[in-house]
Amino acid sequence: MAQASQAARRWNQRTLAPWLFLAPGLFMFGVYVLWPIIQSVTLSFYDWNGLYNQDGEFTGTFVGTANYSELMTDPAFETSLWNNLKWLVLYMLALPIGLFIAIFLNQTVTGIRLYKSLFFFPFVISQVVVGLIFAWFYAPNFGLFYLLTESITGKGTAILADPDLVTYGIIAAGLWPQIAYVMILYLTGLNNVAPDQIEAARLDGAKGWRMLWYVVLPQLRPATFIAVIVTVIGALRSFDLVSIMTSGGPFGSSRVLSYYMFEMALGEFGFRMGYGAAIAVVLFAIMMIFISGFIWKMWRDEKER
Amino acid sequence: MFPRPIQKSSTTAQWLYAVALPIALIVWLFPLLGVALTSLRPASDLAQGNYFGMPSGIAWENYVYIFTETPIGQYMINSLWVTIPTVIGAVSLSLMTGFALAVYGFRANILVFFMFVAGNFVPFQILMVPVRDMTLQLGMYDTWYGLALFHIAFQTGFCTLFMRNFIKALPYELIEAARVEGVSEWRIFWYIVLPLMRPAIAALSVLVFTFIWNDFFWATVLTQGVDSQPITAGLSSLNGQWIAQWHLVSAGSILAALPPVAMFFLMQKHFIAGLTLGAVK
Repeated sequence: MAQASQAARRWNQRTLAPWLFLAPGLFMFGVYVLWPIIQSVTLSFYDWNGLYNQDGEFTGTFVGTANYSELMTDPAFETSLWNNLKWLVLYMLALPIGLFIAIFLNQTVTGIRLYKSLFFFPFVISQVVVGLIFAWFYAPNFGLFYLLTESITGKGTAILADPDLVTYGIIAAGLWPQIAYVMILYLTGLNNVAPDQIEAARLDGAKGWRMLWYVVLPQLRPATFIAVIVTVIGALRSFDLVSIMTSGGPFGSSRVLSYYMFEMALGEFGFRMGYGAAIAVVLFAIMMIFISGFIWKMWRDEKER
Repeated sequence: MFPRPIQKSSTTAQWLYAVALPIALIVWLFPLLGVALTSLRPASDLAQGNYFGMPSGIAWENYVYIFTETPIGQYMINSLWVTIPTVIGAVSLSLMTGFALAVYGFRANILVFFMFVAGNFVPFQILMVPVRDMTLQLGMYDTWYGLALFHIAFQTGFCTLFMRNFIKALPYELIEAARVEGVSEWRIFWYIVLPLMRPAIAALSVLVFTFIWNDFFWATVLTQGVDSQPITAGLSSLNGQWIAQWHLVSAGSILAALPPVAMFFLMQKHFIAGLTLGAVK
């Protein structure tokens, strides 16, 4: 009898315990992440200036899908969407460049550890600082980039003031830390490449590109996967650099969805919370495509175990 | 090893490599070096258009100026007030969630786990309006704790992923043996698992410190004034005031970059272990 009740208590403890351990984390995550997502989606069907009336009641009005139909014809939204696409595509350059630097640095000479750390530097620095550094680099009249283009073409390019080029200039700034991140992922990956397979391939006469493509890259697949994920997320989260370097300008030509949303909800265009939320929902939907891919892959790996 | 160790190549190749390394590094860090040098250049040099030539002297006064004439010191203290509680909060919460998800095989386990992982990748903008509104309603707008509470909640997602995988890799027999002995679940967590988590705690602490110190978006959304703005937001507003005074902008940038850089150098091993989680099987 005593034993049975003890066993029951045990069982209780073991079913209850995980939920007790989860409770504080789940509560915080629910309040600050899950619930706001639902609220944002709801809000995207409202017109709201962010205020409450004297009795503390919500002052928004339901407008159905009006915010979304407005998005369809909003040229600024179209520009942002195109720029996001440019970010996504060009950010992928971080993979080959990062891999190249990782291969370059994967040697055992004196001081190489310090070199690796210094190459990694840009990633540790805040994007605000990266933005300021590149703003200085691109500055008209005396910036190094300006002087460089002046010496090549005879006429300096003020890249951040040129509506056609500005986005590329900001993407280049963003690539700098991103390449560093990808590099460190690949360096770790290269460290774990099976040496016997490399030796065997070498005996078979494989070297250079063929070795890289057929022997090394397949073994780097986990690193490549993580690199793709963090690069996609980095590209879609590009807010800091746009805000610091151009504030979306000139003439709104360097806007991206994340920045445009902020402008609409909290910027000088007034507090259009509902419209901002609709932009956020579109961005969320784009991100969801990649998130579900990632989760699907993780789920498959979990089942294999 | 790939590529072939340079020691096995000809002496010329080795020599070339030894020369290429520092050159590549200088090219790579060129923008940063430029800013570091500018931060020590006297304002008079810049006024005369001497941007890249020999500086006429080393101007420590640029740093003295930003500390005495601008609130940059306050901004850095504000950053610490947000960053340190976030590190403690997110690491503690995720130790528990990670433990729960790694050790117990309840039905919703994988669902809860994926929810944490997915939440971690969500764009900030989808959270922005409700989180700002809630922070305002609770009277925590423009305070360090309003910002820190959000960061704790959001970082718990990433930290849970990390902790859960780390605990999963521990030998499960330890926990089973303790259960046979009749040790309670809480004591298993506290006396058996926790002492083994030191490397994971170290890795996450440095990572979260860097992430939060460098955060700009939430700092702009949830804080406003000198009393609570962290360094990233503060530097951005100072940049608006210092139009084209690049010696000051540079000095401010270097200062803002210093703490995470120092953290990285001191805790390099842990930092990289945290960042490359999952990059190898």
